[in-house]
Amino acid sequence: MKLSEKIIESLLWLAAVITILITAGIIWVLLAGSIPFFQEVSVIEFLTEKEWTPLFAQKHFGILPLVAGTFLTTAIAIAVALPIGLTIAVYLNEYAPGSLKRSIKPLLEILATIPTVVYGFFALTVVTPFLQSFIPGLAGFNALSAGIVMGIMIIPMISSLSEDAISSVPKSLREASYGMGSTRLQTAFRVMVPAASSGIIVSVILAISRAVGETMIVAIAAGQQPRLTLNPLVPIETITTYIVQVSLGDVPHGSLEYRTIFAAGIVLFVFTFGLNNLSFWIKKKYQEKYD
Amino acid sequence: MTRSSINQLKDKAFQFFGVLCMLIGLVFLAALLIDIISRGMSRIDWDFLTSLPSRRASRSGILTAWAGTLWILLLTSIIAFPLGISAGVYLEEYTRKTKLSSFLEINIANLAGVPSIIYGLLGLEIFVRQMGLGSSLLAGALTLSLLILPIVIVTTREALKAVPQSVRQGSYALGATKWQTIWRQVLPASFGGILTGVILALSRAVGEAAPLIVVGALAYVPFVPSSPNDEFTVLPIQIFNWTSRPQAEFLVNAAAAIIMLLFITFLLNGIAVYLRNRQQKKIKW
Repeated sequence: MKLSEKIIESLLWLAAVITILITAGIIWVLLAGSIPFFQEVSVIEFLTEKEWTPLFAQKHFGILPLVAGTFLTTAIAIAVALPIGLTIAVYLNEYAPGSLKRSIKPLLEILATIPTVVYGFFALTVVTPFLQSFIPGLAGFNALSAGIVMGIMIIPMISSLSEDAISSVPKSLREASYGMGSTRLQTAFRVMVPAASSGIIVSVILAISRAVGETMIVAIAAGQQPRLTLNPLVPIETITTYIVQVSLGDVPHGSLEYRTIFAAGIVLFVFTFGLNNLSFWIKKKYQEKYD
Repeated sequence: MTRSSINQLKDKAFQFFGVLCMLIGLVFLAALLIDIISRGMSRIDWDFLTSLPSRRASRSGILTAWAGTLWILLLTSIIAFPLGISAGVYLEEYTRKTKLSSFLEINIANLAGVPSIIYGLLGLEIFVRQMGLGSSLLAGALTLSLLILPIVIVTTREALKAVPQSVRQGSYALGATKWQTIWRQVLPASFGGILTGVILALSRAVGEAAPLIVVGALAYVPFVPSSPNDEFTVLPIQIFNWTSRPQAEFLVNAAAAIIMLLFITFLLNGIAVYLRNRQQKKIKW
């Protein structure tokens, strides 16, 4: 091989290896920021204390309220996106004519391309006032409208991935089901969906991971009040919102308050990393069970 | 009623429910667009596009925000595309099935799932602090480049996969080296696909606010940035800032800025869809 070819190949190799450096960089940054934090605040306090007030005079460093806020908005988002997304996937696969499928899919995917700051604006200025008209106790900032809007944002993610999973189930299964005299609904939910279940589960896990890491919608519409609650009507704070809140303020670099964003970041990273790997593992383990 | 007629009724009911679910998504989308256009359209005029930000909502404009957005788009393209396309070419054309290559693949899939705000923390420590770039356009663009790198790599690989082996074999048969084959045959043949992916990645970058907030992009920048070392703001951050103010006039400004942001996003996505369709029609291997 010529020398110039060798050089080019090693440059390309270098570009590929940079992706490993990015992962290493993320882990290093999160650890370097949070290890000094955990030298001052015990991990046990961090994981069990029920208050999160690092920016107040009376400091408490319990991550649970932020985790609760993140969990709450994520749960609402999935409660919206899973039934709607899965129904759309089944409908497009089993019922809709091809022309409808081809025109609806790109329209729905527009939902995924809209910047999240736009969703946040819409949640705050339209969805919350709308919900307030029939939910009297709803605060101006709340987990409910942020969660609902986030759910609508991730519908295309669930519907597209689930649809791929359902359409890769072999036709023979569907034909066998019709042959037994089943209706389309029975075929869909007793044969096709169970057969595609691993792919559907992967889509849901990826959607959960996306919702956990989503930032701007919750930062705009859910409030900035860390509290340990499952009540969707009051302001809460998520892990991501807290990081935004600190980044916008003027917390001195290197202080304990500054390091809290890395401790919060590491919790967020562990959650999403775990979910992404779980989906990867399921995909690998259960892929192509049918020929 | 017989058993089978009940089942058929259920079938019809689900069909109705399916249409309803699609309508929920589409009605929501329509409501969002109509609301924002009706709120903000009247605010958009030449002054709004060419004025600096101001404390007074009625005099405030988005000149610095869209100038910052254009800068970020340009710098991010310059950094992310050579890197992402090179990595994609290496992974698709050079690696054999080794431990390293499968590790690289898992790693890239994982990077694609890392929340954007974590990239912000990475950018803050590495680019802003360690490399001493400060909260500059360059630091922001580097951060967004790392964020969209997985998308560029994955779409580059898809585009390269679509080029049939016979093209490569034909080139080798004429005595071309591996790199000559890639540079003169494979890359030009897959150019459309790569470009589609690249534009989709850019449309993702243009809407990101969270990582740039962490990196330290400001909401109030009273000048148009003139070099990569300048401080900056972008449209999503300007929108976020206006949305979080109590006065109603700023919400009108936010809606007007959202119209501009959506215009850029939809334009980029539209180009990508157009390129994809043209690509599919043109090439028949």
